[in-house]
Amino acid sequence: MLVPLEHVIALSAVIFGIGVVGAVTRRNVIVILMSIELMLNAVNLAFVGFSRAWANPTGQVFVLMVITVAAAEVAVGLGIVLSLFRNRDSVDVEEVSLLKW
Amino acid sequence: MVDAAAGVTETSLLRWIPFLPLGAAAIHGVLLGLVRRPLSRRGTIFLSCGAVLASFLISLFAFAELLGPEGPRVRVDNLYTWIGAGNFSAEASFLLDPISAVMILVVTFVGFLIHVYSIGYMDDDHRDDTGFQRFFCYLNLFTFSMLMLVLGDNLLVMFLGWEGVGLCSYLLIGFWYSDRWNAYCGMKAFVVNRIGDFGFLVGIFVLFWALADVGKPTVAFREIAAAFPQIADRMVTLPAWLGGAEWKLATLVGLCFFLGACGKSAQIPLYVWLPDAMAGPTPVSALIHAATMVTAGVYMVCRLSFLYAAAPGASAVIAWTGAITALFAATIAITQTDIKKILAYSTVSQLGYMFLAAGCGGYAAALFHLATHAFFKALLFLGAGAVILAMHHEQDTDKMGGLARAIPRTRWVFLVGVIAISGLPPFAGFFSKDEILLTAFAAHSVPGNTWLYGIGVVTAVLTSLYMFRLYFRTFHGATRLSPENFRRVHEPSETVRYPLYVLAVFSLFAGFAGFPQVYGDWLGIPDSNSLAHFLAPVLAGGLHDPGVSHGEELRLALLALGAATAGLVVAWWFYLRSPDLPGRIMQSFHAFWLLLHEKYFVDEIYDALFVRPTVWISDRVLFRSIDAGLIDGVAVNGTARGVQALAARGLKYVHSGLTQSYLFLMILGTVAIVGWLLR
Repeated sequence: MLVPLEHVIALSAVIFGIGVVGAVTRRNVIVILMSIELMLNAVNLAFVGFSRAWANPTGQVFVLMVITVAAAEVAVGLGIVLSLFRNRDSVDVEEVSLLKW
Repeated sequence: MVDAAAGVTETSLLRWIPFLPLGAAAIHGVLLGLVRRPLSRRGTIFLSCGAVLASFLISLFAFAELLGPEGPRVRVDNLYTWIGAGNFSAEASFLLDPISAVMILVVTFVGFLIHVYSIGYMDDDHRDDTGFQRFFCYLNLFTFSMLMLVLGDNLLVMFLGWEGVGLCSYLLIGFWYSDRWNAYCGMKAFVVNRIGDFGFLVGIFVLFWALADVGKPTVAFREIAAAFPQIADRMVTLPAWLGGAEWKLATLVGLCFFLGACGKSAQIPLYVWLPDAMAGPTPVSALIHAATMVTAGVYMVCRLSFLYAAAPGASAVIAWTGAITALFAATIAITQTDIKKILAYSTVSQLGYMFLAAGCGGYAAALFHLATHAFFKALLFLGAGAVILAMHHEQDTDKMGGLARAIPRTRWVFLVGVIAISGLPPFAGFFSKDEILLTAFAAHSVPGNTWLYGIGVVTAVLTSLYMFRLYFRTFHGATRLSPENFRRVHEPSETVRYPLYVLAVFSLFAGFAGFPQVYGDWLGIPDSNSLAHFLAPVLAGGLHDPGVSHGEELRLALLALGAATAGLVVAWWFYLRSPDLPGRIMQSFHAFWLLLHEKYFVDEIYDALFVRPTVWISDRVLFRSIDAGLIDGVAVNGTARGVQALAARGLKYVHSGLTQSYLFLMILGTVAIVGWLLR
């Protein structure tokens, strides 16, 4: 039995919403990065769902692309977090607001 | 009138006449302005004089072709369609007919002689390194513009040349621009000419509008001439703010064009720039402000003769303006002491003669005087330049006198010019001036033509008087120089002298081109006035026959001769026989003398009426209030200050530096856009 496309989209939307809320509200940088990862994977899920629904493999190819970019993003993001922690002994984003008026 | 379609031959020769000087000017310009490696003097001379000489030779060839037996009298060189829009097209093309043939010969021939003269004249100019080449660059550019003006096949090409000569005049008057006065004089010439150019442009617009209204939108001279009878008698109602009067179209257009001619050819009320234009180097005064550019207005009136023949009102205005200008300028010239100023006022006066002739329908007479005047006035200016060189740049005749012993060669050629302009036979000026006076005498269609003739004769007396006054005060009598300064006076170099000799020959013989039939009959020469016969096919009225019997014509000639002689005798009496007499007369008529000497205070009147109010409005209202106050103050700086204040008080707090708030705003924005797209 196939999972209907509506279900896939609904799950994707819920995960994406969780990701957005997490990215906007949490103060720990690590958690924010994880929330972004959630959003990316919600999109991946939608890609795969659509790909299967329309029998078009392009969506699945794109998912591989997104995973690659996500890996790179995490590498860079964690690098920034690491140097931030070394300099400030904290990973709280509220304390990193130097670029303002 | 030449038929618009028949008798036209295509040729690709004409374009080289203006383009060779343009090429030389362009090479000079690139070397001076872009590459910054000026040519040597020898190279400059070779390039500039060579270009003008080649241009002259081509002109001569083209002229000879035109003379061919029964050959078509019109040649056209069509380069390309300049403007094409619907059924209107303006061609970039050149027209060679008898009028332009006479003009290009005068321009290239006198132009070449003056180029040669300039080699010697500018030789001692060491004010800046590149000045010599810059001078020749402008001179070539001027020659190009002038040739465009006279060769243009339509009003637009002519206007291009018209503006071009104005620009070159400005550049050359202010050639020694480090002296503020020279720069001011250049500016004055340019600004006064703008007023005339405005009239010229309005004339083109009104004429074009009327032609388009009858379905013949064109700017080409021959097509205008063919279509003009359809619109000549139309009535035009001026807008209410101009008085709302009804004008005949031909008169209105004619007067607009004549305003342009007044500016370029220095007629009342726009003559004031020409005397000040003498601030330029003397070859410039000779070429631009005596022989060629200032005659552009006369040329235009003759070119549009079909228009003026249909506009008796405008023609009468031209004749009267010319006559009054001739008299007015001649009276001023009598009291001046600067050698170039005298010649400048004399030029204004002679141009007045030409307009007098053109206004009375004697277009051929106007062009005849234009040509002879180009020779003898160029000769006089170049002679004056030779005197100025000899005197080490002294122009005041009060500080000369007795120079005949020091510079005899210059004296003799100068004397030829003086006799020619005074109108003593058989020199050129006698024939051309006589023809003008005859035309005025017989022009019964012009109101008050007897008065015009009278003014012409009085002006002839004054002309001879001020020219011989100039000659006697410069070359004869006791010298007013100190003995050691007198010993330093020297003849100028060969390149300065030879053009003078050539011009002297032409001042002597050019008059025979328009040898009147009344003498031709005696000598058994049929059609002796060859110039008039040559020009007749393209001028309105054809071979203008004044309708005066030969006996009457001879009496008039004798009267003109008497007038010239009277001037000569008075000048001799006043300035050689009893030199203290002028001073005594000056004492007893001091107020009158002052009026003349101060040029009727016209400059001062214009200054008070036009210049000061314009400067005041420009400075106080336009500059300080509108530009500095409104545009700079409110619009530009006001905007900047407003944005600055807004940002400082509120907007800057949006930039909290918190990445999450930016992210939140971004999401809000995305949601808003997606929501709007999905609505």
